Formats: sequence, structure tokens, C-alpha cells
Amino acid sequence: MKRRLTFIIFLLGIMPVISMAATITVYPGQLIQAAINKAAAGDLIRVMPGTYREKGITIDKPLILLGINYPVLDGEKKYEILTVKADNVIIEGFTLMNSGYSSMNDLAAVRVLNVSNVSIRKNKLVNNFFGIYCQHASYTLVSENEISSNGISELESGNGIHGWKSDHLIIADNNISGHRDGIYFEFVTETNISGNKSQNNIRYGLHFMFSHNNIYVHNIFGNNGAGVAVMYSRHVTMLQNEFRDNWGPAAYGILMKDISDSHAEGNLFSRNTAAVYMEGSSRIRIRKNIFTGNGYAIQLQASCDNNNIDLNNFTANSFDIATNGSLVLNSFSGNYWDKYEGYDLNRNGTGDVPYRPLSIFAMIVERNSSAMMLFRSPIVSIIEKAEKIIPGITPENLRDDSPSMKPLPL
Amino acid sequence: MKKIIKYIILDILKNRIVIAYTLLLLVISLSLFMLEDNPAKSILGLMNITLIIVPLISIIFCTIYLYNSNEFIELLVAQPIRRTRLLSGIYLGLVASLLVAALVGIGIPILLYSPTGTGLTLLLTACGLSIVFASLALLAAVLTRDKAKGIGLALLLWFYFSFIYDGLVLMILFQFADYPMDNTMIGLSMLNPIDLGRILLLLQLDISAMMGFTGALFQDFFGSRAGIIFASFVMLAWMILPASYAIRKFRNKDL
Repeated sequence: MKRRLTFIIFLLGIMPVISMAATITVYPGQLIQAAINKAAAGDLIRVMPGTYREKGITIDKPLILLGINYPVLDGEKKYEILTVKADNVIIEGFTLMNSGYSSMNDLAAVRVLNVSNVSIRKNKLVNNFFGIYCQHASYTLVSENEISSNGISELESGNGIHGWKSDHLIIADNNISGHRDGIYFEFVTETNISGNKSQNNIRYGLHFMFSHNNIYVHNIFGNNGAGVAVMYSRHVTMLQNEFRDNWGPAAYGILMKDISDSHAEGNLFSRNTAAVYMEGSSRIRIRKNIFTGNGYAIQLQASCDNNNIDLNNFTANSFDIATNGSLVLNSFSGNYWDKYEGYDLNRNGTGDVPYRPLSIFAMIVERNSSAMMLFRSPIVSIIEKAEKIIPGITPENLRDDSPSMKPLPL
Repeated sequence: MKKIIKYIILDILKNRIVIAYTLLLLVISLSLFMLEDNPAKSILGLMNITLIIVPLISIIFCTIYLYNSNEFIELLVAQPIRRTRLLSGIYLGLVASLLVAALVGIGIPILLYSPTGTGLTLLLTACGLSIVFASLALLAAVLTRDKAKGIGLALLLWFYFSFIYDGLVLMILFQFADYPMDNTMIGLSMLNPIDLGRILLLLQLDISAMMGFTGALFQDFFGSRAGIIFASFVMLAWMILPASYAIRKFRNKDL
């Protein structure tokens, strides 16, 4: 579907060129804005290498803006660099740097404003406040951009790709780093996010709210200050993403707050403080994921219900599951747990005794975080062994009735 | 004193228990490293050995050795040697042989398979705990005249530091759950050499799960140079204080 959409957008983009291919070339010293004003709808504007310092460029007609060898558009830390106010615009091959910073307006390197069928691809965005800002945009492609910034604090930096009340976006194969949030969506629907790498951002690699029916495939979110946070959304599909090395006292591989009717499959969660943290979430299917080397694999708060966690591999996590209450409305089945000590008499690959993934020590720590001092103390092992044999404090029905004996081939 | 140390080391090597202990450590460590392809996991297994077996064997072996060489000690006391020198010599001899055992039994596998900062910390912890528990053994042996009682006391000390202490900490934690206990926790960890060693190791191993507020606090404290120096001093105190108290007691002891 992604490919087809890309193709349609591409066609829409090149159609004007085919019909009347006037070409305007801009050299350093000339103004791009002047060329845009002079051009007719559908013209190609070629911008030669050099540095262009214009106080904000507005594109108000369907055009192709093509940078040759990455000409530099410099916002001098004062202006928004490019504002797209017309449908069917392509921006390709530019270096966009130093957009303005403002605490009142979200100044961006490229703003796509109230339009559709815009394509922004193969650009380098360096040191901007906001990178690409889609505001009321639809059917827009943002692909193969290198977006980096050197933000230091959350307050003084913006987001790499920012979507606001948009729909049908395609965000593909971008590299984003050093922004506040790598990708930020609010009220963005029917969008496909694939092949992006969002790393080393100050706050979240991916952050969305009220964004329904979106698909996330093959993205890598790593080394972000607080990992990934997704909230208040329905019908989220996450496939084959990697959540890595999100480290720190409040970092999560993925934090799901009030997410419902969603699906996470084939993802890799590696070395996160808490790989998945779920709160108030329901009807999420978490299957065939790999959880390895995390502090907590899944922190499932008691406010979650009807979630199915099946066919996952849990290996080398300090704690597999943690929860904060005794109410369990979620189901676990067919997972592989490396801490499972049961047996399989009939050799059907499924353990004969249920596995209880919740360790009592995780519960103790949940109630009293200072108890962390006793982690891996012999007394803790004794308590855990006792609890495993006769569960008294851990919820009786938090268990996997058919644990896999061997790691699942994922 | 040098002569006494030399004699003790030779004597210990002759009675083969330390050799068996060394081999035991070596076999366990090597098999742990060979079974797991991930050295970090083997280090974790080795940590459990270090925190339980090393203190146990150190304290029991030293106590029994001290009681068995009672006649030798009485003989030497009759010679023109100062009592403090005599007992210090014996203590150092014991410590030296235990250190050789730990360095060979744990050090060589670590050097072979995982010569990292974590591995070194583990080795240092093992050595530190050997010395601390030899020191406690000296205390137990000097304080009680009866052999069975002395060994009982030594066992009790080991049991206290390995299990009871942590149980008490857990109890205190829940009794004072309404109060901020995080700084107290750092203090409490200092009062038990095993806990101190375990936390130093954990901060390098399972850091992710430790990363709650307390974990961050521990990291802050033990990760700083001042914290490391302070922890080393506390460990040093654990090595020296029981032994020096025992030596002082021994000076006036009616043999």
C-alpha cells in the first residue's frame, strides 16, 4: 500500500512537468522567491549549489523545487525557511539549516500548511528548531531526509517531523536525531511510518497522541532520552520495529497510555529500562516480539484489560512482568520465558505446568522502590522460590498456561 | 613475623584443603564461562558463588584452622615473640593463602573469558570478602575458647551477613515505608560487606532494573570517585577492625 501511495503521489507530482516543462535555474546571488513568483504552475525550479539567505520562502503554486548538489537555505536562526501553501509541490535535494527559534511560534525548516500532495524528499535538515512541520496536510510524502539538530534542552528544541491534524501522510526512510521528539503526531490519522531511524533525541523517538489508524513498520527507535510514548490512540499497528537502548530512570522502550484495539507484532525490544509500559490500555495484541536484556520486559498496570500477550520470546530480562495490583484482566499464552523451570512430559513443546512471570520481588519493588537494594540477594531468591511453589501474594491468575519450552523462531 | 607467615602458608598448602577450595572455585568458574556464551551472564552466576561460597569457606576454614593450630600457638607464645606479632602473622598467612585461592580460582577464568571492568570488580569483591571473613573468623576464634562454640559463632556470623541482615533490611523498609529511606539505604548497605560487594557489582551488571530512584541514587553515590573511595574505606574497615579487636583481645587472653 505504501508503494502504491508513493507512486500516486509521485505521479501527481510529475504530472505538471509532463504537461508544460518550463525550467527556471537559480544561481547563488539570485533569489529563489523571485523565481517562484515568476514561475507558472507546474514549472521546475533548479537551484544551483551555494548559500541562499532569504527571509522565508513561500511556495504558493504547484512547483518542483530541485536542489542541485544540496544548495544551502539558511534561516539565520530567525526565519521559517520554506512554507508550502500550494498543493502538488515537490521539494528535493536541499540543505535546510538554522531555522528560527521562537517560544511563541513553532518555526520550522519546512512547513506544509493546509495542502495536499506535497513531497519533501532527500533533503538534509541541519540544526533547525522544528524540522518538517505538517499542519493540516494530507497525502503528503516525507522521505529519505536526514534530519539532525543539536538541541540541548526540551524547551529550546522542536520536533524532527511534526504532524498536526493531518491525514494520509507517508513518513519513510528518514534519519532523525538531536531533536526534542524525533516524530511527533497529534491528531494525525491514516498514516504510514516506515523505515525511519529516530535516535539520540532529547525526549521521545516517537510520540503521538490522538492519532488513530496509523501503521508503523521497520522503524528503529534507539537511545532516546525517554524512548517512545504513545497515548490516547486507537487502531495502532506496529510491525517489525526496533526499540533499543532507551536507558534511564524514566525511559521506556514504548509507553502505551490509553491505547486500544492495537497490534504489535515482530518488534524487537532490546536493553530498555522498561521495554513496554502499559497503562489504561485495552485490546492490544502483543505477539511474536522479542524482549531481550531489558530491565522490565512488560510493566502491565492493573488498569489494562483484554490484552493478549502471546508467542513472544522473553530472554535475559531482569524482570519479565511487573504490575501494581492484584487485578489481572489480560492473558498470556505460548510465550517462551527463559526463567521457566517446568517440564514437558508429553514432548509437545509446551510446558506442562503454568509459568508465573510475575516475581514477588518485582511486586515488593513496586510498593517500595528502596527495596531495590536487595536485588539478587540470597534472601530474595529464597522468598521467590517460596512464592513460586505456593503463590500467596502474586496474583493467582497472572500466568502463562502454555509456556513454550524452546525459544520461538522469530 | 615473616617467618610465621611463611610457615602458615606452607602449612596450609600442605593440608590441601585450600588446594581443594581453589580447584572448586576454578572448576565452577570455568564451567560457568563455558556453559554460557554470554560472559555477562556467567559473571552473574559467578557473583552468586562469590557472595555465598567465598565468605562461607573463608570463615569456616579460618576458624577451624585457628582452633587446630591451638597447640602451635601455645608453643609460640612461650617463645620470645610478641603476641600481637604472632596473631597478626597467623592472620596474614591465612589471608594470603585465601587470596591465592581466590586469584587462581576466580581470577584466571575471569582473565581468560571476561577481562572487563565488571570482571575485575568481581575479583576484587571476592578478594575483599575473603579478607573480611578471615578477619571475622579470627574474632570468633579468639572470643570463644570452645571449638564447637567458635565454629558455631563463625557460621552464625556468615548466616547473619548472608541472609538475616537482608531480611532485617526488608523489614525495616516496610516498617518505615512512609519515610524517605533512600539515603538510609546507602548507609545500611555499608553495614554489611556482602551487600556492599553485591551492590557494587550490580551497578555494573543489572543497571537497568536498578534505575529507579534508589538505583539512581546508588549510581550517583557509588559511581562518583568520592563514593568509590568511601566504599573502599568501609571495606578496609571491615577487614581491619574485627582482626585488630581480636588481636587486642588475644594480647590479654588467658590461654
